[in-house]
Amino acid sequence: MSLDLSPAPGAAPPVRRVLAYAGLELRQQLRNGEQLLLTLVIPVGALVLFATVPVLRHGADRVDALTPGIMALAVMSTAFTGQAIATGFERRYGALKRMGATPLGRGGLLAGKTLAVLAVELLQLAVICGVAAGLGWRPRGDVAVVVLLLVLGTATFSGFGLLLAGTLRAEATLATANLVYVVLLVVGGIVLPLRTFPHGLATALRALPVNALAEGLRAVLETGAGFPFTDVLVLAAWAAAGLLLASRTFRWE
Amino acid sequence: MAVEGGPAVLVEGLTKRYGGTLALDGVGLEAPRGGVTAVLGPNGAGKTSTVEICEGFRRADGGRVRVLGLDPVADGAELRARMGVMLQDGGIYPSARPRELLRTVAHCYAKPQDPDELIDLLGLGRVARNPYRRLSGGEKQRLALALALVGRPSVAFLDEPTAGLDPQARRATWDVIANLRTAGVSVLLTTHYLEEAERLADHVVIIDHGRVLTAGTPAELTSGREGRLSFHAREGLDVDDLVGRLPAGTTAAEWAPGQYLVTGAGGTVGPDTLAQVTAWCAEHDVLAEDIAVGRRTLEDVFLDLTGRELRP
Repeated sequence: MSLDLSPAPGAAPPVRRVLAYAGLELRQQLRNGEQLLLTLVIPVGALVLFATVPVLRHGADRVDALTPGIMALAVMSTAFTGQAIATGFERRYGALKRMGATPLGRGGLLAGKTLAVLAVELLQLAVICGVAAGLGWRPRGDVAVVVLLLVLGTATFSGFGLLLAGTLRAEATLATANLVYVVLLVVGGIVLPLRTFPHGLATALRALPVNALAEGLRAVLETGAGFPFTDVLVLAAWAAAGLLLASRTFRWE
Repeated sequence: MAVEGGPAVLVEGLTKRYGGTLALDGVGLEAPRGGVTAVLGPNGAGKTSTVEICEGFRRADGGRVRVLGLDPVADGAELRARMGVMLQDGGIYPSARPRELLRTVAHCYAKPQDPDELIDLLGLGRVARNPYRRLSGGEKQRLALALALVGRPSVAFLDEPTAGLDPQARRATWDVIANLRTAGVSVLLTTHYLEEAERLADHVVIIDHGRVLTAGTPAELTSGREGRLSFHAREGLDVDDLVGRLPAGTTAAEWAPGQYLVTGAGGTVGPDTLAQVTAWCAEHDVLAEDIAVGRRTLEDVFLDLTGRELRP
């Protein structure tokens, strides 16, 4: 045996560690067929279906109302559902423990996960915006506000995704995350704008993060509104609550 | 914080409780620098708990741990750059491939081992691109060892490094561990294989029920005290009758069905004891097979200390 096993310890710079781990995460996610269904096929399918089939509303602005909701759905599917399921099983496999024993550490692990989530979201949003543009979508409003809403939404869903994954067993996480996804897909203002709901119900639903995100995006992208204070505040409150709870309760094994 | 000097691992008065069970009851041990230390004991003895506290995965309820002079919790980042960890149960994404995993982990270190060379060393070339879930048990074990070594650590924690390996793969792993020792890496491994401890370790710590029963070099643990005579024969011999024929102070026991051990008093098993045992067997129409007179083995030490067989 010629390999030199003598000690040469030392950690790589943090950025290299986090990027390497984010790459691993991203590859695992893109290899996972069910995950891809959740992150791309369902949102894009819903966009094409509801934008082209006149089941809900009439008029050329259908895609304008629909696209912001689909963007919110995409963020939820990746940051919440996908992340909760993946992390739940990683805990089960001990993969978090394995990486936690390297210089990556727990902070690096979370940073890498976040980077991977953002990369998947960018991919989703690129595809969704491309398809929507093909269907005649004409967005308005301030890009910076859109980015702010998306980041807040990602933080919120990541917090609750990790809260779920860090406390429940892997199978329970899988079931709960999928159930929440389906329920919010149906009752949330993703496909149907909340203005089509009865007033009292719409107000209540708007306090849910996915609706705050969808309605905030709709306000900016569809109607060109300036700054959707209420939705930003609702999302910021959810984000703070989710991340705080997750950091308090998360268990690595 | 002291990375130079002192033992590789120092554990003092470690206690750990899981619910109502006391898993560690004052464990203390010292693993010398540049040597191989084997923590030997049956399952549930407290081996993994001890190692995981050293690695910083668990916190002890009481006691003190220093690895390379570092506190595994407070100096965790410092330590993680210098230690290699082989987990007992993989800890790997089922869809990840060995080469991509090794590369990812290698990127976490400043001067890592070349992943491809490690793959060759551990004979993983054929499966380097297969998803982890399709690897055999032995291949998973070897990948776990590779992951522990890729960062070129000063200290390596190997939890049951050869559990479930076939004899050939076990020998290959032993060679790697022996080479680590030659290269100056401090190794702390847990095992329930006596042969492994006897063959590899400079220092053996025998642990059971969360306590250290004894510790020392294999020679210290097995030398001197008593000679022993072992043989196999049919089950259920009347060992009390046999002892009656032997020199005073000699003991005999059937420690497993058909496996007998005669221990001489205050020295060695002499020619007279051997003659009396064979004579007694002849009188009772017993064919004693594999008769051996020799020094105590670690197995004898372990049996003396725990009164039970060392089983996985």
